[in-house]
Amino acid sequence: MLVGHQPKDFLLAVSGLTVSFDGFKAVNDLSFYVEENEIRVIIGPNGAGKTTVLDLICGKTRATSGSIRFRGQELTRLRENEIVQAGVGRKFQTPSVFEDLTVFENLEISFPRGRTVFGSLTFQRDDTVRQRVEEVAEMIFLKDKLNTYADQLSHGQKQWLEIGMLLIQDPDLLMLDEPVAGMSVSERAKTAELLNRIIKDRSVLVIEHDMKFVEDIAHKVTVLHQGQILSEGTMEHVKNDPKVIEVYLGH
Amino acid sequence: MIINSRFFNRSELLGFLALAVLLFLVLPLSLDIFRLNLVAKYLTYAFVGIGLVLCWGYGGILSLGQGVFFGLGGYCMAMYLKLEASSVANTQIQSTPGIPDFMDWNQLTSLPFFWKPFHSFPVTLLAILLVPAVFALIIGAAMFKRRVGGVYFAIITQAIAAILTILIVGQQGYTGGINGITDLRTLHGWDIRTDHAKYILYFVEVALLFGCICAAQFIRLTKLGRILVAMREQEDRVRFSGYSVANFKIFAFCAAAVFAAIGGAMFTLEVGFMSPSFVGIVPSIEMVIYTAVGGRMSIFGAVWGALLVNFAKTSLSESFPQLWLFGLGALFIAVVLAFPNGLSGIWADHVQPRIDRLLASRKSKSAAGLIADGAPAE
Repeated sequence: MLVGHQPKDFLLAVSGLTVSFDGFKAVNDLSFYVEENEIRVIIGPNGAGKTTVLDLICGKTRATSGSIRFRGQELTRLRENEIVQAGVGRKFQTPSVFEDLTVFENLEISFPRGRTVFGSLTFQRDDTVRQRVEEVAEMIFLKDKLNTYADQLSHGQKQWLEIGMLLIQDPDLLMLDEPVAGMSVSERAKTAELLNRIIKDRSVLVIEHDMKFVEDIAHKVTVLHQGQILSEGTMEHVKNDPKVIEVYLGH
Repeated sequence: MIINSRFFNRSELLGFLALAVLLFLVLPLSLDIFRLNLVAKYLTYAFVGIGLVLCWGYGGILSLGQGVFFGLGGYCMAMYLKLEASSVANTQIQSTPGIPDFMDWNQLTSLPFFWKPFHSFPVTLLAILLVPAVFALIIGAAMFKRRVGGVYFAIITQAIAAILTILIVGQQGYTGGINGITDLRTLHGWDIRTDHAKYILYFVEVALLFGCICAAQFIRLTKLGRILVAMREQEDRVRFSGYSVANFKIFAFCAAAVFAAIGGAMFTLEVGFMSPSFVGIVPSIEMVIYTAVGGRMSIFGAVWGALLVNFAKTSLSESFPQLWLFGLGALFIAVVLAFPNGLSGIWADHVQPRIDRLLASRKSKSAAGLIADGAPAE
C-alpha cells in the first residue's frame, strides 16, 4: 500500500495504520482519506475496530505503526490535548459530560481559551464567552437549561450537551461515536437536524449503526471488517456490494 | 446571570464571619494562653486541610503524604530559628561554637551547605513556600505525567512520607534526628517563648489562615476550580477538551503543598520545635481524617474539622490514652460510610434547611402579624 506522499487537499490522511493488542491486530494496515467538508460514516459489525480508529486519531490509543496526518501535521506523535488544539474534536459513545457542573459551565470549559493552568486562573467569563455559550446552547436545544446541573439531564440531552461541548471547540474535524444510540425517535430526528446544521464548514467522521440515519447524512461510507476496509464509496455503492451484504447488512 | 459573581455566597459569608468571630474574639477572650496556644497548634492542621480540600475534595487527588510538606515548611522555619539560637555566644561550650548543638554532638565541625541560606530571614520565608512547592512539582510531574493516579498515587505519597521520616531520623547530624530541632528561642531577635509572643503569633496565624481561606476560595471560583471538579469526574473529557490534565493535577498538588507548609512553619513557631513525628505516615493520615470529618468539599469544613478532631483528641487522649486511636479510626470509618461530606455536609443537608425554614416561617408570621396589626387601624 502506498504510504507517504498524499495530495494536500485531504484534511485527514490515515495511511498504513496498525495497532495490535498483544498480537491481536484490532486495526490492520488501514488507509483512508477524508476531504474538507466531507461527512464520512464508518460502519461495520461489532469488533470491526471502528471505535479503535477514532481512539487512534484522537490519541487515546497509540498506533503500533502507520501515520495519521491532519492538515499535514502528524498526529501520532501528539498528546491528546495537543490533538484537540490542532482541531480534532471527539465525542464518546457513552455521554461523557461533567455531571457536577451546570450546562453553562460544561460548555464554558470547552470554550477554546485559557487552556493552560495560568490561563484558566485568569479566565474571565466575558460577553464573548456568554454569547457563544448561549448560541451553542440554543443549537443543542438546552437554552433554558443553562443553570441545570448536567446530572439532571436525560440521556439524549447529555448526548446533545457533549455535541455542544465539541461545537464550542469549533474543530475542523468532528468525530462522533454513535451519536444517536439510545435516543428516542423524536430525539433521533432532532439530532439528525442538529448534525446537519453543525457539519457546515467542517469535516465529520461518524460511527453509526442506524442505517436510516447513515443514509440521511453520509457523503461517503467506509465499511470496516476485522480491522480492515471491506468496502468504501457512496451509500448506494456500499449497499450493493456483495461482500458488505454478506458480513454486515445481510444479518 | 449564572451563579453569583460574588466572592462568597450568603451561607459562605456567614461561615466566614462565624469563624472570624470565633477565632479573633471568642477564643482569645475566653481561653487562657495555654489553651489558646493549643488552639493555635490545632489550627496549623487547618492549613493542611484547606490544601486537601482543593487537591482531594475538588481535584480528586488523595495525598496521604501531606505531612511531608507540613514537615518541610516546619523544618525550614526550625532551621532558621535554630541557627539564630546557636550563635557563637550561646554555644561557647561546644567544641565547634556557632553550629547547632546536635551537629556538635554528632562530630560535625562546620555548618552543612544546605543550612547556610537559613541564616537569612527573607530567604527562609521564601524557602518555606518554595521548597515544598518544588518538591511537590517534582513528585507531581513524575506521577501525573505518567498517569499515575488514585490509590497508586496515595500509596506512593505515603511511601514518600515514610522515606522522609527515615531520612530525617537517620541523618541525625544534619537534621537533629528523632528528637527533631529543639530549643528554639527567637525569631529575628524576638523571643517567641513569652505569653505575649504567643498571643501575637496566634493572631498572625489566624490572619494567615484567613488569607489562605481567601486564596483557596479564589482558586475554587476560577475556571481552574471548575476544571478540577470536571477532572475528578471525567478525566478523559477534560483531556479531549484540550487541557493537559497532568498540569492541572500538578498545580492542585503544589497548591496543597504550599498551604501545608505554611501550617508547618506556624507549627514550629507555636510549639517551639519540629520533629519527624509530624512528617510520617500517621500524622499524614490524621490530616486526611481532619479534612474528611470537616468535609472535604468545604474550605470552612476543613478548618472546623481540624479544630474539633484535635480538641477531641486532646481531651479524650488525656482520659483514655489507649482508646483514642481506635476512636479516631472509628470516626473516620463512620464519616466515610455515613457522611461522605463530613460535618459541612451534615450542616448543608440538615441544619441549614431547618434554619432557612425557621427564618422563612418567622418572616411570614411577622409579615402576617403586620397585616393583622395594620387592618384594624384602617
